[in-house]
Amino acid sequence: MADLSVNFCGVTFKNPLVLASGILGITASSWRNVVRNGAGGITTKSLWLNEHQGHPNPVIIANDHYMLNAVGVPDAGVKKAEEEISLFLKKRGASKPPLIANIIAGSVRDYGVIAEEIGRMKPDILEVNISCPNVESEFGTPFACVAGDAARVTKEVKKALKKVAPKLPVTVKLSPNVENIVEIAKAVVDAGADGLTVMNTVGPGMAINIESRTPILANRVGGLSGPSLKPLAVKFIYSIRQALPEIPIIGTGGVLTGEDAIEMMMAGATLVGIGTGVYYRGVEVFGLAAAEMNAWCTANKVKKLSSLIGTVK
Amino acid sequence: MNNFPLSVRIKSKVKETPLVTTFTFDYPHRAEPGQFINVWLPGVNERPMSIAFDDGKAYTISVAAVGEFTKLLGKKKVGDMLGIRGPYGQVFTWKPKQRIAMLAGGYGVAPLYFAASRALKDGCKIDFFHGARSKDHLLFAQHVPKLKNTRYLPATDDGSAGFHGYNVQAWQEELSKGVAYDLVMTCGPEVMMKVVSDRAFEYGIDAQISVERYMKCGFGVCGNCTVDDLGITTCQKGTVMPNETVRKIKEFGKYHRDAVGRKHLY
Repeated sequence: MADLSVNFCGVTFKNPLVLASGILGITASSWRNVVRNGAGGITTKSLWLNEHQGHPNPVIIANDHYMLNAVGVPDAGVKKAEEEISLFLKKRGASKPPLIANIIAGSVRDYGVIAEEIGRMKPDILEVNISCPNVESEFGTPFACVAGDAARVTKEVKKALKKVAPKLPVTVKLSPNVENIVEIAKAVVDAGADGLTVMNTVGPGMAINIESRTPILANRVGGLSGPSLKPLAVKFIYSIRQALPEIPIIGTGGVLTGEDAIEMMMAGATLVGIGTGVYYRGVEVFGLAAAEMNAWCTANKVKKLSSLIGTVK
Repeated sequence: MNNFPLSVRIKSKVKETPLVTTFTFDYPHRAEPGQFINVWLPGVNERPMSIAFDDGKAYTISVAAVGEFTKLLGKKKVGDMLGIRGPYGQVFTWKPKQRIAMLAGGYGVAPLYFAASRALKDGCKIDFFHGARSKDHLLFAQHVPKLKNTRYLPATDDGSAGFHGYNVQAWQEELSKGVAYDLVMTCGPEVMMKVVSDRAFEYGIDAQISVERYMKCGFGVCGNCTVDDLGITTCQKGTVMPNETVRKIKEFGKYHRDAVGRKHLY
């Protein structure tokens, strides 16, 4: 058995596979079910300060090639977040699978407020979602698309955490839908981010039902994900790793197998998020991919999986 | 694995009651009893609906025009096109020649009527306990009594048809008389199904229960329909679940969650 454990900003994961934000992940019991199925840790669905309605249905459509989603980040607000997070932390068991709390807001100021609220709940890592392509009609271009905006949000979050959780590592989730992702990554790290999550969904894209001549998603457009996006994610992770070799990365984008995850780690990821993979292989994908990583390491005489991180230069 | 809406035309439309309309779609979906489809009205919304019948060539859904979406759906005409995704979810199962109690509440009658018509082909014998507020709300009351080897036992809250009271009480009377059932199937309001679950457990009877939660995607990804404490998605692991699973769902009969994940007590 190879050692699959990794360390992300001082937090230990038994394996690098984490549930990506937005898939499942609404309740403590659902996070525990993901852990039971082999995940090294979980990321919550994006948490808002107040209740936020998602979009009407359909919100997710998928086929063998891709998934398109515009769920619209529904959430009941901080009271529910507190209930579910505290329940998970209490019941997660001796192996302590880490909880990454993902937060979202519509303004720089609100990012600070929600960060403070969630910081008090003692998650292991805070992930800042500044890159959702599905709430553009409400809030305009995502903060992750302009370096200055991305940095302002990061600073506000770090400032808010100083009071309540100064040691809580902050990772900022970047958008692939930008001209120069490395420039945004640098701005966010200069502003105090401890880690980066690369990447959110691509697009948005659109799918039309030709008989009714209507876009299928009620939101008309939605974020694109799935296996064919993995090369994009690998390239972004690689470029950021080359520019910022000290910054740990949560890689997400099209990972279905253990081999996919290993590829992403070689490009520079420490943790690997799986989201759309749940669609292609079921919630069992975490255990399956972990076993595949172990088999690959054994066959290739790799004792410590973490030794592969960033090995492709 | 395609989870895009498939465009289908309405083949026929039959009014069951002043509120309820049955639509037939000319498409071989090959759905099994207990499964559901997501019905899409382009540009409006999409809702999960249980399959009321499927003979391998065409299938039907029965829709009560009670909300904005179902009212719009009710206005659709023969020849109009809708989008359909699915069929999704687990199915009711039985063994040949079983004595089955079916407890249908309200619109839960549709999938159980479908299950009954199939189970009869395997030589099963059925007691169909059909509960509703009043006689007018006994949907499919004209169809169910025509099934062979089936005792139709309606129960109404106001006593306007059949047993005066709940269908679970009518079923309890049969159990007290010593009627031995091999299997119970139930679909309807959760408070009713909770009693069925408890009673079946006490009597040691196998039970299959249709657990319904607010669903969005239908294929186990969005997570809106997960149940406490198991954390499983009801769209994939349900809606039809064995009682052993249902008894591990702590929220069953107690609360459910809305579209933003907030709990609501029953």
